[in-house]
Amino acid sequence: MAAKFEKLGEGDYQLDVQGYVCPHPQIYAKKALEKLKPGETLRLVFDNPSSGESISAMCQTQGDAIVEQARDSGNTMRWTIRKH
Amino acid sequence: MQQVDCEVPAARGGGSGQSRNVVAALLVLGVFVAISSATLAADFRFIYFSAYLWFGFAYGMCLQYGRFCMASAIRDLFAVGVPRMAVGIMIAVVLFSLVSAGVTVFGRNTFHASPIGLYSIVGGLVFGIGMVFTGGCASGSLYKTGEGSVAALLVVLSLSFTQVLVVDTGSWSNVLVPDSWTASAAAKGLPAELTATDGWYDQFLAGYVWDLKATTVGQALGFASPVAAAFIGNSLVNSILPALAILVAIYAGWFRKGYLKTLSTPYRGAATELEGLWAMVTASRRTAIAGLILGVTAGLHMWVMQALQQALGIYNAGELLQAMGHVEGLSIQDTVFDPGYFYITTQEAQGAGWVFEKLGVNVRDSIFFGLDNGVPNPLLNPVLWMSVSLVGGAAAMALLNNEFKLKFPSREIALWAIGGGVLMGVGARIGLGCNIGAFFATVTNGDPSGWLFGLGMTAGGFIGVKFFSWWIERKMEREMSLDL
Repeated sequence: MAAKFEKLGEGDYQLDVQGYVCPHPQIYAKKALEKLKPGETLRLVFDNPSSGESISAMCQTQGDAIVEQARDSGNTMRWTIRKH
Repeated sequence: MQQVDCEVPAARGGGSGQSRNVVAALLVLGVFVAISSATLAADFRFIYFSAYLWFGFAYGMCLQYGRFCMASAIRDLFAVGVPRMAVGIMIAVVLFSLVSAGVTVFGRNTFHASPIGLYSIVGGLVFGIGMVFTGGCASGSLYKTGEGSVAALLVVLSLSFTQVLVVDTGSWSNVLVPDSWTASAAAKGLPAELTATDGWYDQFLAGYVWDLKATTVGQALGFASPVAAAFIGNSLVNSILPALAILVAIYAGWFRKGYLKTLSTPYRGAATELEGLWAMVTASRRTAIAGLILGVTAGLHMWVMQALQQALGIYNAGELLQAMGHVEGLSIQDTVFDPGYFYITTQEAQGAGWVFEKLGVNVRDSIFFGLDNGVPNPLLNPVLWMSVSLVGGAAAMALLNNEFKLKFPSREIALWAIGGGVLMGVGARIGLGCNIGAFFATVTNGDPSGWLFGLGMTAGGFIGVKFFSWWIERKMEREMSLDL
């Protein structure tokens, strides 16, 4: 499954990196966030548990807010990150 | 956007899925209890194997719990500015060094220092690039295999088989060998069946590495007291002070700015800086706890193995295998690989070497297999029991954490895993070990060569991250161009 970065609406983007292992999800997430403007949101979909803590710490360091963290029954994580 | 039925991670647990996972984790545990019990019932000397098995299981649980991975430590620092894993590893280094100093003083430490030379940096560099490409170090790939990642399993297989190809290189590789190595290897007078002057790796070992000096800091500083040599030389000077220096450097380079920005109280100089340092150490509780447990467990492992060796009257598991009537996999010194502590890559190379032998390839004409490590049947390889049970322990912990998921890689991920695994295999053999054997178990036992491997691994990680960032940036521009 290829990584997908798409625009869902005004200021609202989705990055789907399901099937990717470290370090892909965190580097894709960093690159995607770099492209966003302050206040815009990134919906991040991933299923590699090890990437979660790195992404969470990265957001903390950069001041980006994780406004929603959810996980479905298939262990897929869906996070919403608001760019600082 | 389609809404999905989601569950908040903090609220996970409960439900039939979780109950099934607990049962599955108990089943995994039960398999290893059954192996341990059955073999002990057959022959009590299998207790030596079981010790490796249960420490492996504990390592697996600990690594998965803390998602402990040296690839992550280096990569996340350079790629996304996250220091948590590097901090956890330094905590583990400090604790392992203290316990292993205790083993040295009060018991019989099985550790042997590696020769100090440039090869450690080169090996670490190649290994470091590889582990960024695969996404996991040697131990990290094992625990991720336990989480159900087939990509991580590909890494393990790739690095295992690559090691055999490296150590058993044929005559074609003689062109890479300086004459001085050939002359020095020939002068060692090794048995003819090892063909020590034919093939690059044998001449690298016998003609170059063996001529380098190996020492621990405790020995080099000339302490008369074994207690001072172990605790001051090996632990304090070679492990604790460098680990603290690295923590301060990480704080200054990656954590301090963000910490001071969010500070709610007035800046109080050194007191604030120390509080900031502590905040960094405790920022990821899970990683810090895993580092603590890993450090102590690795030290205890050493302690238990040397106690068992004394109780069984052996210096090497080869003696045990011989006494049990299993002589087919022994080296010409009647030994097998048996470090007596946490190790990853050599036993995996032995497993792959055994497969090569079954395919009719003679790998025992190499120093690595023929003289040093042997090629035991995987079922009778005590150190390989540790690797297998590490996967089991990680699987049990992943199931308990509701994080187990069987995942098959895409072709792209599989290629990264295999290619990176090749680099890791090459780097591990040049560096005489991986992130565990050539770094973690080494720096903690007073051997400065471990820091050389660590230096190379960090440089390799940096290069790997730069390449990877460029690759992903390029991919996003080509395949995901958006009007932002």
